[in-house]
Amino acid sequence: MEFTTFLFYLFAAVMLFSALRVITARNPVHAVLFLVLAFFNAAGLWLLLQAEFLAIALIMVYVGAVMVLFLFVVMMLDINIERLRHGFWEHLPLGATIGAIMVVEMATVLTGKYFGLSNFPAHVLPVGESNTKALARILFTDYVYPFELASVILLVAIIAAVMLTLRQRKDTKGMRPSDQVAVKRSDRLRIVAMASESESPATDSKGGAPL
Amino acid sequence: MMNAFLAPVQQWLGPVFPLLWTLLKIVLILVPLMLSVAYLTFWERKILGWMHVRIGPNRVGPWGLLQPIADGLKLFFKEVILPKVADRKLYFVGPVLAIAPALAMWAVIPFSDGWVLANIDAGVLYLLAIGSIGVYGIIIAGWASNSKYAFLGAMRSSAQMISYEVAMGLALISVLMVSSSLNLSAIVHGQAHGYFAAQGMGFLSWNWLPLLPVFAVYLISGVAELNRAPFDVVEGESEIVAGHMVEYSGMSFAMFFLAEYANMILVAAMVSVFFLGGWLSPVGFLPDGFFWLAVKISAVLFFFLWIRATFPRYRYDQIMRLGWKVFVPLTLVWILVVGVWMMSPLTIWK
Repeated sequence: MEFTTFLFYLFAAVMLFSALRVITARNPVHAVLFLVLAFFNAAGLWLLLQAEFLAIALIMVYVGAVMVLFLFVVMMLDINIERLRHGFWEHLPLGATIGAIMVVEMATVLTGKYFGLSNFPAHVLPVGESNTKALARILFTDYVYPFELASVILLVAIIAAVMLTLRQRKDTKGMRPSDQVAVKRSDRLRIVAMASESESPATDSKGGAPL
Repeated sequence: MMNAFLAPVQQWLGPVFPLLWTLLKIVLILVPLMLSVAYLTFWERKILGWMHVRIGPNRVGPWGLLQPIADGLKLFFKEVILPKVADRKLYFVGPVLAIAPALAMWAVIPFSDGWVLANIDAGVLYLLAIGSIGVYGIIIAGWASNSKYAFLGAMRSSAQMISYEVAMGLALISVLMVSSSLNLSAIVHGQAHGYFAAQGMGFLSWNWLPLLPVFAVYLISGVAELNRAPFDVVEGESEIVAGHMVEYSGMSFAMFFLAEYANMILVAAMVSVFFLGGWLSPVGFLPDGFFWLAVKISAVLFFFLWIRATFPRYRYDQIMRLGWKVFVPLTLVWILVVGVWMMSPLTIWK
C-alpha cells in the first residue's frame, strides 16, 4: 500500500467518525469541535488530490474564522439537552427523507460515468506549476467577470448584514477618538502661580514627636 | 558532499529513510527552538529589569544563566490540577492545541538558502492557515476550565485574534504582490536585488522600505496576535488575572507559556523573512547566512520586549478600533498603491 493511500484511509476514517460524532455528541460544544475536526480532515483529503489552495482556504476560512465564531456562539447559548432530544421521533421521517435525497444526489455525482461526466476531463497541470497559480490564472482571465460579480454580490451582502443589524440608539454613550487625540495640555491642566509656603519645623500640630 | 555521505545510509534504510531523515530535521529545528524559548524568558526578565532600573534574575548559576532551567524544573514537578467542574478531556486538549500550531508553522520558515524543512509553494498560505487555528487552544482552555475569568479571557482573545488576522493577511498581500510568489524562500530571494542592492546597500532593497506602512501594520498586528503587551487584555493581570490559563498549573500551564514564546520567535522570524530580507546580509561585502536571520529575529524580539516595558495596556474598544478602522483601510490603500506602482514605468520590481 502506498503511503498516500494509507493517508487517504486515515483522513477518511477520522472524517467519518467525527462527522458521526457531530450529530451524536451530547454536548453541543463537543459537536462543534468534531465538526472542526471533520473540516480539517476534508482539507487533508483535498491536499491528497493536489488541490492545495482549496485545502488551505478551507482551513483558513472555515476552521480559522467561521467555526471560531460558531463555537463562540454555541458556548454562550444555554442549551437544554433534554429538550433538544424531545422531538426526535416526531422529526425523524422528515429528516430521513432529506437525508435520502442527499444520498441519491451524491450517488448521481459519484457514478458520473453514466451521465457523461467523463466528457469533462480533469485539468492536468503543467509540470512545475503550482495549483494556486493555475487557479489564479484561470480566475483572473477566463472567469474574471463572474469572479468580480461574485465579489460585488458578497460586498452587497456584507453591507446589507451591517444595515440590518445596525440600531441607532439615542442613549448610547460613546467617545470620539479624534477629540481624545486632539486634547492639548492646556485643556486639562492649569498651572497656578502661588507663593511658596514654609512648613513649621519638624513637629506636628499636637506638639508630639518629630515626624 | 552531504549527498555523498547520505547515500549509503539511504540505501541501508530503504523506504524508511525519508521518514527518519524528516524526523531528524524536525528535532534539529525544535531542540534549538525550545532552548531559545527558555533563554528568551530569561532575556525578557533581564531586559525588563534593566528598563525598570532593577537587576533581574541573577541568583541561579553564573549571572543567573541557569534560571530558565530552574523554572522548567519547578513547573515540571508541580502538581497538575484539574478543577472539579472542568471538562475533563478538553481541559487537557487546550494546551496541546495551543502549542501544536506554534511548532508546526516552523516547517516552512527558511533559515538560510535551501535550509528549510518543507520548501512548499503555498508557504505563506500554510502560515496563515495554521496560524489561524492557534486560537482554538485559547478558546477551548477558556471554556473547558468552567471559570468566569478564563471564559472572559477566551472571548476577548478570539475577538482580538480574528480581527488582527484580517489586518495581517491583508498586509501580506502587498508582500505577495511585489515578490509574485507564495514561497518564503522566493520572497527572500526577491529582496536580494534592486537599485540599492547593486550599490552594496542591500538593507535598503528589502521590503520594509517600499512597504513601510504595511511593515508597521504587520509588526503591530503581530504583537496583537501574540496577545502581548500593550494588547494583552486577554490575560490582563489586573482585570482577569491570567485569562484563559487562570486554572492551569504545572506542565499544562507550561505548555501555554512555551506556546506564547515559540509564537513570539515565530512572528519575529516571519517579520524578518517578509520584510527584513531573511538570511540576506545588509551590506554587499559581508556574506549572507543564517547569522543574519538570527540577528534580525533577535532585534524584532527586543522590540517586543521593549514595548512591553514602555506602553500601558490598550483598552478593549481601542484595540478593535485600531484593528478595523486604522489597519485594515491602511493595508487596503497600500495594496492599491503597490498595484499602481508596479504597473507604472517607475516600478522597482521587475
